[in-house]
Amino acid sequence: MKLTCDEASAICDKSQYNEASFWEKIKLRVHLFLCKKCGLYAKQNKIMSTCLQKLKDSEYPKTQHLNQDEIKYLEQELKTKIES
Amino acid sequence: MAVTDKQFLNPEKWVSLHADYLFNYTIGRLNDRDLAKDLVQDTFFSALKAKGNFKGESSERTWLIAILKRKIVDYYRKINSIKGKAEVRMNFYADGEREGEWLEERVPTDWSGEIEKKIENEELALVLEKCIGKLPEKYAIVFRMKTVHQIETEDICKELDITTSNLWVIIHRARTQLRKCMEDNWFKN
Repeated sequence: MKLTCDEASAICDKSQYNEASFWEKIKLRVHLFLCKKCGLYAKQNKIMSTCLQKLKDSEYPKTQHLNQDEIKYLEQELKTKIES
Repeated sequence: MAVTDKQFLNPEKWVSLHADYLFNYTIGRLNDRDLAKDLVQDTFFSALKAKGNFKGESSERTWLIAILKRKIVDYYRKINSIKGKAEVRMNFYADGEREGEWLEERVPTDWSGEIEKKIENEELALVLEKCIGKLPEKYAIVFRMKTVHQIETEDICKELDITTSNLWVIIHRARTQLRKCMEDNWFKN
């Protein structure tokens, strides 16, 4: 039942993705009740998730494309291979 | 023996039809333009060599993606074996009486003042990117796939050929390291 800080913070990380099991969450709660350091970690971890959501939002619409030169280069290279 | 819905390969058109798609797929996972270009090219070359193995049961693109995925795993394995060992920054005591407790210098400290404002600040994404960039590369790959691109755990494990518990260990280490990095560079006054 007792968790180390390492284990507790690992479960806390997992729960940021909603993938911690029921028992893990119970054990985490008990640990957080007793351990200030991990309490702080848990709180900051939530803030980190918010930050990462921002990063995701800023990155997502940006699909990256190959430019014309790069496409031409790939085409050329592949062509040589096909012909050889 | 032409069966109507059997798929055929058309290498002359690969670049125009699939290069950009494969490129974008790769960069979502590895976040490195040059590397992504190399892997796409490698994929075409391997595909050309293996043309005879194409059974026409899937589409050309699906087949190419399968080859590309293998290239990504190979790359992941390579960096895993070259420099995966030494650069892990520990956050917890690894053994002794205090095993599993926070290392003194890694203990979270209070993030004082104006957290809200700091989250809204546009430079946040840049600093975060930098911190992700400081992670060991194999951590960064897994972390990015899971967190930024929100690929399912199961799919990441399949794609990189790692176990679920392996994935969570990596995510855990990445997140504790990131927290520390953001504390030092952004949240602490």
